[in-house]
Amino acid sequence: MKTENQKAWFFVLPVLLLVAFNALIPMMTVVNYSVQETFGDNVFFWQGLDWFEQLLRSERFHASLGRQFLFTGIILLIQIPLGVVIALAMPRQGFWVPVCLVLMALPMLIPWNVVGAMWNIFTLPDIGLVGYFLNHTLGITYDMTQNPLAAWITIIVMDVWHWTSLVVLLAYAGLVSIPDAYYQAARIDGASNWSVFRFIQLPKMKQVLTIAILLRFMDSFNIYTEPFVLTGGGPGNSTTLLSIDLVKIALGQFDLGPAAAMSLIYFAITLLVSWLFYTLMTRNDAK
Amino acid sequence: MALELRQITSRIGGITHVKPTNLVLQPGAFNVLLGATGAGKTSLIKVMAGLARATSGQILMNGQDVTKDSPQKRNISLVHQFFVNYPHMTVFDNIASPLRVAGMAKSEIQGRVEAAADVLRLRPMLKRRPHELSGGQQQRTALARAIAKESTAVFLDEPLANLDYKLREELRDQLPDLFAGRGAVVVYATSEPEEALMLGGYTALMDDGAVTQFGATAEIYRHPQNLTSARVFSQPPINAAEVTKQGRRARLANGVQWELSGKAADLRDGAYTVAIRPHHVSPVRMGGDQVELHGKVSVTELSGSESSAHFTLGDGSWVSLAPGVHPYKVGTDHAFYMDPSKCFYFAPDGALVA
Repeated sequence: MKTENQKAWFFVLPVLLLVAFNALIPMMTVVNYSVQETFGDNVFFWQGLDWFEQLLRSERFHASLGRQFLFTGIILLIQIPLGVVIALAMPRQGFWVPVCLVLMALPMLIPWNVVGAMWNIFTLPDIGLVGYFLNHTLGITYDMTQNPLAAWITIIVMDVWHWTSLVVLLAYAGLVSIPDAYYQAARIDGASNWSVFRFIQLPKMKQVLTIAILLRFMDSFNIYTEPFVLTGGGPGNSTTLLSIDLVKIALGQFDLGPAAAMSLIYFAITLLVSWLFYTLMTRNDAK
Repeated sequence: MALELRQITSRIGGITHVKPTNLVLQPGAFNVLLGATGAGKTSLIKVMAGLARATSGQILMNGQDVTKDSPQKRNISLVHQFFVNYPHMTVFDNIASPLRVAGMAKSEIQGRVEAAADVLRLRPMLKRRPHELSGGQQQRTALARAIAKESTAVFLDEPLANLDYKLREELRDQLPDLFAGRGAVVVYATSEPEEALMLGGYTALMDDGAVTQFGATAEIYRHPQNLTSARVFSQPPINAAEVTKQGRRARLANGVQWELSGKAADLRDGAYTVAIRPHHVSPVRMGGDQVELHGKVSVTELSGSESSAHFTLGDGSWVSLAPGVHPYKVGTDHAFYMDPSKCFYFAPDGALVA
C-alpha cells in the first residue's frame, strides 16, 4: 500500500522562509504603504489606488521616467557596441591577455560612491583635472553644476568608464570560446573580416551579449549612487533619474505612500522590459 | 591534377611541426595520413591547405607553385574532427556559403547544393540549422560543403573521430565513393591503422613530424621500410625485440632461438631487431616450424571475435591477437607460438633488411 504523508512540505519550508524574508515580506510592506496614507504615530488611512493614479498622471514622474529611459538608451547604445569592439581588439593569447583583463576589471572594482566622488572632483572647473583643462587650457566652457548638457555628458562618460568593462569581459569570454576551426573555415571560404564577425563571432557571442544587455539594462535603469554623488540630480532637475526622484520623494519629502507606489511601478517597468527583452532575444533559438 | 610537396617544413615558435617532407598525392584514390596524435598530420594538412605558412619548401598544385597562396586561392576544402558549420545559417546556406563568396549565379548554387545534399542524404534537412541536426548530419553537412565546392583538394582531418561507432562505419564506407571521380586530391588523416586499411588507396605514415613511408596502403602494410613505419602501421602495437643472428640461427636475449630462412638467413651475423605483428603470435600451435614463446600474461582483452593477451617476454612486453576466445589466466605463464616466416628484421639503424 502506498503511504501518503505531508512530509514533503518540510522540505519546501526552508526555501519558503528564505524567499519570504528576502523578497515577499519587504515587498508586501511596500505594497502596504502604497495603498495608505500615514501621518506618523502609526496612524494609517486607506487610500486605495490613489497614489498610483496621481503618480501616473504627474508630470514630474513622466519627466524623470523619460530621463531614465533616455539615460539607459544612451548607455546601451554606447556600451554594447563599444564593449564588443574592445573585446575584438583584445589579444587572444600571450603576455598581454592578463594585463588587459586586469585593466578592464579595475573600474568595476571601485565602490560606486567613490566613482561618483572621483568624477565629481575630476570635472570641477577650478581644480578638477578635466574641468580645469577644458575651461582654462582649451577655453571650452564646461561646468556640470551649471549646464545640464555638461552634467549629462559627465554622467554618461562616467558610466561608460565604469561599466563598459563588463560588456568587454562577457564578449571576450564569448570570443575566446570560438574554436579555431571556425576561423579556418572562414579563411578557406575567403570570408572578409566583416563576414567573420557577422556570421561567426556575432552568432557565437549572442548568448553572452543577451546577458550583457540584460545586466546593463537593469543596472543602468536602477542606477542611483553614482549620479547622486556626482550631480545630486541637478542642475535643476536635469539629471534627476527615476531612482533619485524616488529617494527625494521618500526621504526628502517623507511621502511614503507615493514613494511606495512609485517603487512598485519602477519595479514593474524593470521586470517588464527585462522579460520582453529576454523573450525577444531568445525566441529565435527556440524555433 | 596532383598535389606535390617539395622539401616542405613547418616551424612555429621554434618548434618543428613538420620535418622536410616530399610527397606527390594523386586524385582518384584516398591519400591517408596515418600517425599517432601529435605526429604532425594536422600540421601537414594546415600547410597543404594554406592555413599555416610553410617555413621552407614548395607546394605545387597541378604543377603550379601555390606555396604563398591563401587557402581561398588554392580552392580547397577542409573537414574537421569538430563539426564546423555556421551556427545561425540553414544547412542549405551552409553548403552554399563558399559558392556565394565566390560569386556564383543563384541557379547554379541551387543545383550544386541540391546535388551534394542528395549524395549525402541531407535533402530533408536543408532548411534546418546545425544545432537541430545530429552529429552525423552535421558532419555530412560539412562534407556536402566540400563536395558542392568542387575543390581541387579536399582535406579530411579525422572527420569521423567524434561520431559514434555505427555512424563512423557507415560514413567510412561511403567516403571513397563520395569523392571518387570528382578529380580532387583527397587527403584523409587518421590515427587508426584499421581505418587506413579500410579506405585503401595510398597511405603516408607519419611519426614525429616526418613521413616515414608513403605508398599503396596494402603494399606498405606488407613491407614496412623501417621499424618506425612498422610501429605506426600496427594496432595493437607490433612486437619487437633485440635478436642476435649467428650462422643460420636467430636468438632472443632470453635464449629462445629459431632457424632463419630466405633473405634473413643471408644476413651478416650480428644484432638486429625482430618484429612480428600481434596476429602472427598465437596461443595455438598452427604448424610444425613455429617458435614457442613463454610469457606471463598481464592483460587480456576480448574484442568482438578476437582475444588479445599482453605477456612479458624477457624484459619486453608482447601482444598476441588471435581469433576466438582463449582461456587466459592473468598472472600465469602461457605458451605462445610465432610464425618465423612472418618476422621482419631491422638493422640497428631501423632499416628493413629482411
